[in-house]
Amino acid sequence: MAEILVYVDHVDGAVRKPTLELLTLARRIGEPVAVALGNGAADTAAVLAEHGAVKVLTADAPEFTEYLVVPKVDALQAAYESVSPAAVLVPSSAEGKEIAARLAVRIGSGIITDAVDLEAGDEGPVATQSAFAASFTTKSRVSKGTPVITVKPNSAPVEAAPAAGAVEALAVSFGALATGTKVTARTPRESTGRPELTEAAIVVSGGRGVNGAENFGIIEALADSLGAAVGASRAAVDAGWYPHSNQVGQTGKSVSPQLYIASGISGAIQHRAGMQTSKTIVAINKDAEAPIFDLVDYGVVGDLFDVVPQLTEEVKSRKG
Amino acid sequence: MSLRIVVCVKYVPDATGDRKFADDLTVDRDDVDGLLSELDEYAVEQALQIAEEADDAEVTVLTVGPEDAKDALRKALSMGADKAVHVEDDDLHGTDVMGTSLVLAKAIEKTGYDVVIAGMASTDGTMGVLPAILAERLGVPQVTLLSEVKIEGGPNGIVTGRRDGDTASEQLEASLPAVVSVTDQSGEARYPSFKGIMAAKKKPVESLELDDLDIDADEVGLAGAWTAVDSAAERPARTAGTIVKDEGEGGKQLAEFLASQKFI
Ligand SMILES: Cc1cc2nc3c(=O)[nH]c(=O)nc-3n(C[C@H](O)[C@H](O)[C@H](O)COP(=O)(O)OP(=O)(O)OC[C@H]3O[C@@H](n4cnc5c(N)ncnc54)[C@H](O)[C@@H]3O)c2cc1C
Ligand SMILES: Cc1cc2nc3c(=O)[nH]c(=O)nc-3n(C[C@H](O)[C@H](O)[C@H](O)COP(=O)(O)OP(=O)(O)OC[C@H]3O[C@@H](n4cnc5c(N)ncnc54)[C@H](O)[C@@H]3O)c2cc1C
Repeated sequence: MAEILVYVDHVDGAVRKPTLELLTLARRIGEPVAVALGNGAADTAAVLAEHGAVKVLTADAPEFTEYLVVPKVDALQAAYESVSPAAVLVPSSAEGKEIAARLAVRIGSGIITDAVDLEAGDEGPVATQSAFAASFTTKSRVSKGTPVITVKPNSAPVEAAPAAGAVEALAVSFGALATGTKVTARTPRESTGRPELTEAAIVVSGGRGVNGAENFGIIEALADSLGAAVGASRAAVDAGWYPHSNQVGQTGKSVSPQLYIASGISGAIQHRAGMQTSKTIVAINKDAEAPIFDLVDYGVVGDLFDVVPQLTEEVKSRKG
Repeated sequence: MSLRIVVCVKYVPDATGDRKFADDLTVDRDDVDGLLSELDEYAVEQALQIAEEADDAEVTVLTVGPEDAKDALRKALSMGADKAVHVEDDDLHGTDVMGTSLVLAKAIEKTGYDVVIAGMASTDGTMGVLPAILAERLGVPQVTLLSEVKIEGGPNGIVTGRRDGDTASEQLEASLPAVVSVTDQSGEARYPSFKGIMAAKKKPVESLELDDLDIDADEVGLAGAWTAVDSAAERPARTAGTIVKDEGEGGKQLAEFLASQKFI
């Protein structure tokens, strides 16, 4: 069966969920061979094997952390050359997309970004993309070279499918461009203990209607009662009420959870671009005319300062 | 020596309009107004600020797009860019990111540059990969997705910036020439002044065709694309949801709904 290269997104050996989803998709079109780079790369093997990786190619070198993007492209290219895969799948993070794109140029292949689904087709993998703020669904293919496809989080279920997961060291020689952009300092993001925004099954977001950083506590309380991640509109972020890393929308994170709860958010097109593919959408807004209500499965026209705390209490008491 | 800044700007259908696909599955540009991609205004803004800081600098805005794309160039010129380059050719219709980046790279090399500045993503294709591809094609460092950017030392100087990623915030440094992209956190874009709008009318706009860039028609366009769109379907309208007015029990009613959907 054809081998499918899967780029592993991990933090010090802890594999992030979108990569496990990629393994599910990769198994639809061939046999997954995972590529894990950087600190802790070899530690990823067990979980990757559990989810279907027949082989795990690993490499670690200071270049991966000291320079931006290109060393990882060199490594992925080395993996590509050693495996000759039928497709290359990469998670759609900002960095993942850049790595995939540069690889595609080098190997003379087309690229599809932000796929939300993937199937085997007569002429190679067929990717589903969602366009124009999710108002259209397209099916596309790479028609030249080895398909390079980046896939959004929450696009496939995580499925156990034990495979060999044999670890092999990947030999990488870095090219002249690898050391072009130096990372001179790095400040890791502090963990809040809440689920990762793009991976969460439930996202609770607040907007301008939350009216102040101090009031985000009621959004967080609701999120915690549901085990959810917290999101924010750009208006709330720009006002300094919540960190930019929690922004949902076109220029923030794109989320696709089972449940999205928007409080005090009007539903501007740029916000919708990042949440419209959520399975169930709920909104609380005091303006019955707010465009967000066009999207909802359930909406409450009311003051979020009344509705949200009451909902939180109710969730807590039902969960016991 | 003058610092040569080239800003890549894309002409896109207005996101607040009724965007759709044409019969050949390319973007329908006839039924929606086009404009300068809002995210590229941030790139123009940073270019202008860098030029203002430098002793001597020239800002050229560059677009690949149809006739109407001149509007995007005019907007950038009225913000304060010095001159514009427009690559326009019938054979470009339907070009994908590999073709677009090829054309941009050749036009940038022809124009001459010390730094290329792009937006973080277009508001239509939203791939967010073009700047990285340009760096690969031009063989220069990529310093992308910056929320802060600074250039020091003129054409042989260095570019530094901050990149706020998923798991960390990174400080980056590269020597020029380089490709930079900036996010919408980099600083609000200025509005064109009346004076700027009047001055823009007199600024030079150079038009280039594929021939001028030594690109064959079959390297670009729909036929030359490395990707193929097989179908585009409008998402079915969501079935109207239940909307209740809070009369004091709104939170409880919502909890009831969430329970019925097995979320609690
Ligand atoms: C290029 C570009 C990119 C952008 N990217 C993003 C993005 O990634 N994400 C994003 O979110 N936006 C983005 N925007 C901004 C977007 O256009 C909107 O300005 C923004 O989403 C508005 O945020 P909001 O809904 O919180 O605020 P508003 O539109 O001001 O809405 C606030 C809502 O709160 C309601 N409200 C007020 N008080 C209460 C109360 N007490 N109880 C209940 N409801 C209340 C109001 O009725 C109103 O509907 C972008 C814009 C541009 C131009
Ligand atoms: C809905 C949709 C989906 C698409 N999907 C794919 C796909 O999966 N694969 C593919 O190969 N192509 C795809 N395309 C085509 C692709 O968007 C265009 O070829 C495009 O010019 C490059 O990608 P982008 O606009 O998404 O660039 P991005 O990488 O999002 O743009 C980043 C920056 O590059 C600069 N830039 C981009 N285009 C131009 C331009 N024409 N002139 C000047 N500067 C520019 C701007 O500074 C912009 O801010 C898609 C187009 C649409 C409308």
